Amino acid sequence: MTSGTDSKKKTEGENPDHATEKIDRVVIRFAGDSGDGMQLTGDRFTSVSALLGNDLATFPDFPAEIRAPAGTLAGVSAFQVHISDHDILTPGDAPNVLVAMNPAALKANIGILGKGATVIVNVDAFDERNLSKAGYETNPITDGSLGAYRVYEVPMTSVTQEVCKQAGVKPRDAERSKNFFALGLVSWLYTRPTSPTIEWIEKRFAENPKVAEANTRAYRAGYDFGETAELFESNYEVRPASFEKGEYVQVTGNTALAWGLIAASRLSGLPLFLGSYPITPASDILHELSRRKEFGVKTFQAEDEIAGVGAALGASFGGSLGVTTTSGPGLDLKSETIGLAVGLELPLVVVDVQRGGPSTGLPTKTEQADLLHAIYGRHGESPVPVVASMTPSHCFEAAIEAVRIAVKYRTPVILLSDGYLANGAEPWRLPDLESFAPIDPDFAVGGRAGSNGAQEEFSPYTRNEDTLARPWAPPGVPGLEHRIGGLEKEDGSGNVSYDPINHERMVRLRAEKVARIADDIPRVEVDDEGGDADVVVVGWGSTYGAIAAGIRRVRARGGKAAQIHLVHLNPLPRGLGEALAEYKKILVPEANLGQLSKILRAEYLVDARALTKVQGVPFRAAEIEEAILSMTEGS
Amino acid sequence: MVETAAPNSAIPSTSRKDWSSDQEVRWCPGCGDYSILAAVQMLMPELGVRRENTVFISGIGCAARFPYYMNTYGMHSIHGRAPAIATGLSVTRPDLDVWVVTGDGDALSIGGNHLIHALRRNVKLTILMFNNQIYGLTKGQYSPTSEVAKVTKSTPFGSLDTPFNPVSLALGAEASFVARTHDMDRAHMQEVFRRAHEHDGAAFVEVYQNCNVFNDGAFEKITSRDARSSMLIPLTHGEPIRFGADLERGVVQRSDGRLETVDVSDVGVEALLVHDESRPDPGLAFALSRLSRGPYEPTPIGVFRAVDRLEYGSEMSRQVSEAQERKGVGDLNELLRSGSSWTVG
Repeated sequence: MTSGTDSKKKTEGENPDHATEKIDRVVIRFAGDSGDGMQLTGDRFTSVSALLGNDLATFPDFPAEIRAPAGTLAGVSAFQVHISDHDILTPGDAPNVLVAMNPAALKANIGILGKGATVIVNVDAFDERNLSKAGYETNPITDGSLGAYRVYEVPMTSVTQEVCKQAGVKPRDAERSKNFFALGLVSWLYTRPTSPTIEWIEKRFAENPKVAEANTRAYRAGYDFGETAELFESNYEVRPASFEKGEYVQVTGNTALAWGLIAASRLSGLPLFLGSYPITPASDILHELSRRKEFGVKTFQAEDEIAGVGAALGASFGGSLGVTTTSGPGLDLKSETIGLAVGLELPLVVVDVQRGGPSTGLPTKTEQADLLHAIYGRHGESPVPVVASMTPSHCFEAAIEAVRIAVKYRTPVILLSDGYLANGAEPWRLPDLESFAPIDPDFAVGGRAGSNGAQEEFSPYTRNEDTLARPWAPPGVPGLEHRIGGLEKEDGSGNVSYDPINHERMVRLRAEKVARIADDIPRVEVDDEGGDADVVVVGWGSTYGAIAAGIRRVRARGGKAAQIHLVHLNPLPRGLGEALAEYKKILVPEANLGQLSKILRAEYLVDARALTKVQGVPFRAAEIEEAILSMTEGS
Repeated sequence: MVETAAPNSAIPSTSRKDWSSDQEVRWCPGCGDYSILAAVQMLMPELGVRRENTVFISGIGCAARFPYYMNTYGMHSIHGRAPAIATGLSVTRPDLDVWVVTGDGDALSIGGNHLIHALRRNVKLTILMFNNQIYGLTKGQYSPTSEVAKVTKSTPFGSLDTPFNPVSLALGAEASFVARTHDMDRAHMQEVFRRAHEHDGAAFVEVYQNCNVFNDGAFEKITSRDARSSMLIPLTHGEPIRFGADLERGVVQRSDGRLETVDVSDVGVEALLVHDESRPDPGLAFALSRLSRGPYEPTPIGVFRAVDRLEYGSEMSRQVSEAQERKGVGDLNELLRSGSSWTVG
């Protein structure tokens, strides 16, 4: 087996045959069939870039079908990664480099490339059959239609098969290693070190040495191909970004969210219980938590979405931190139980990793169209706090915040993430865990005696004067036996009550309890450099990066725009109405048909204008920039 | 973690009154639920359990009001979901006794999925299903256990659905404990509930319960005082299956596997089927559950099946403690660095 050390000598030295050009950033898109391993390829390239110290953002973009018919447009899976030597906010608007493993991958992605982009094609896959499957009548490589791009034809399949043959791997099996060839080639092109990937291959495929050998050979062959084939004039270097001091890891939203839940379990001393049903794109949270039993985490793969949230609520009743994770279709099914939790006034965290809807919609594509559902989607007056994460790493603290509110206010909380955050990765400066305040479960204390010495009847619906939270009294404590349920409860005693005046009091108390959370979250923050912008851009959730990058571009051109990005959607932060009133124009970019803008208009009587996009892909910074400019020009 | 009473302190002796809440019981006068409630409240002091460690969880329906009347912890939840909610409680709080009280509509219609999965997982739950073969709370529609052609408000021309046999269903769902009793016999109910409570795993008990308003007399042909001896077939582990005032009737298994009721005098006691609730294969218990086509033929009552199987919550706890033994209790700082990390500055 090839050792990592050999390659180190060879690859990390100077390369006399090619000039190495320094560039500040590059956006690379790996695209192939669903079975071609493009996600793995992109992920490896990202990890090595993270270790090199680049700033980065990723955008895995894959179909819902595990294996759509090979070679078709429907089966194209892509991974876009943006690496840079400076702070970046998005996975990039227009890729500079496309690696296309077959004609379909080329056809599906050529439209989004930047001017003069580099296109590296696996020329072996451009045969008549694949061309026709992709809907090409003529070969785009030879018919001149790619004239605007720099096209490199690389025989990835045949070279991979050739080098694997020497290792005794059958051509059919060897063919599967061609993604490592592509990774090797791009690693050379962007001067990534080889040893981390070779070590990773050896570890990952330790149980299957033949596959490890084939992948390593393919990877090295790709790297060597770049170096020796006189195809590329130069390769490129993207220097490390200057990060704030600290320790960094690369993290996806789903992983950060899972870790945030574990951290919240520690901060509260409450054992974490996850009741969940597999659903894209939320399942990775279930996977991650199910591996972490050493943290006392119990995970329960339920028979359906309803049982997932039901079990979580049962666990909360018992004094655990009950959490359920899902996506839109599951949130529909959980609505009734969330309503029960509103009535029971028990902590519960419901994570909705949003995807395109309605119905099954676009399971693997991102959208932000569950906002109104999260805030209003239950029968009756059923107020629920809603928190949204804004970047992949922010999912960590958003999870802690959701737990904090749920525990302190004895309420279900909906935490909104989305497909883009869930699978997207970025470097994350590890927080100081000591900086998070402990979360006090403040369980009810038993054994209280009344003035006459007799045991006082426990009243589960008395309230804390400040928070209006009721006592949380899990079973096991003598003297606190009580019954709660979905029927309306009498204020104080919690006994069933059909009294009309009591019902109105309880409805208003539950609403007031959630409204008061606004006093317990940060006031609105406005990023307005000069304090004299006319336009404020208000966003929530994963649009943060694109909005911030769009505003940077406007400012770089001498324009002005302010930014407000909301983490708390219900209740909204104090000062938001006043802040909005300061601006002539309010732009609300959303990956839906204008849900936040509707809320802002209703709450503050302001002329909030939605900028909407529902294509299953995130906003591009340029789209935000354009919208701001056209708004300012119009003024 | 919740701080609970020291497990070693003596369990206080209690009476029925200690287990009754101060809430007025509001079932229709004459409802079979009253006798089931009395049976449970009177049994609790005998079980050697603590009130504070006892939880009743219900869904929606007449039966679901049950927790309000028990002076224990309790939750009256939403329609059909009690087994799911109780599962989350049971697996996170193995120190508790979790009871589920449900009805035929709650458990077998809207909550059918949760019931079968709780049974197959073998979560430690004592599930009492009051079967009155009707929807009572919504005032008289047919239920998933109603007989075919039942005329109700929602089926003026007669119902078309083939009913579930709850015992057969539970056995088919891999239940490790399945029993049947009825609301006219407190001693039998208490004995069956006691056995169900002792069972380490999911215990399913079907209780024939009379709804005197919307389906009065549904079980009269087999549970009335006069009918019982000839129409109820008591199952006793290790004993030949016999019934009748003079135990003159019995159950035999034919060579093709069918079970039949016979006159003992025709076949002799040795030919009778000996009940074995602990048989690993549920086939014979299933055959017993099919002996009667409905509550108008001689019907077995008692424990059909009681087998040992790993309990779900204990297994879940075992995985956690084994992981902690293997890796040590999780370190959050290490977790955040479980991928590759790098340092700047």
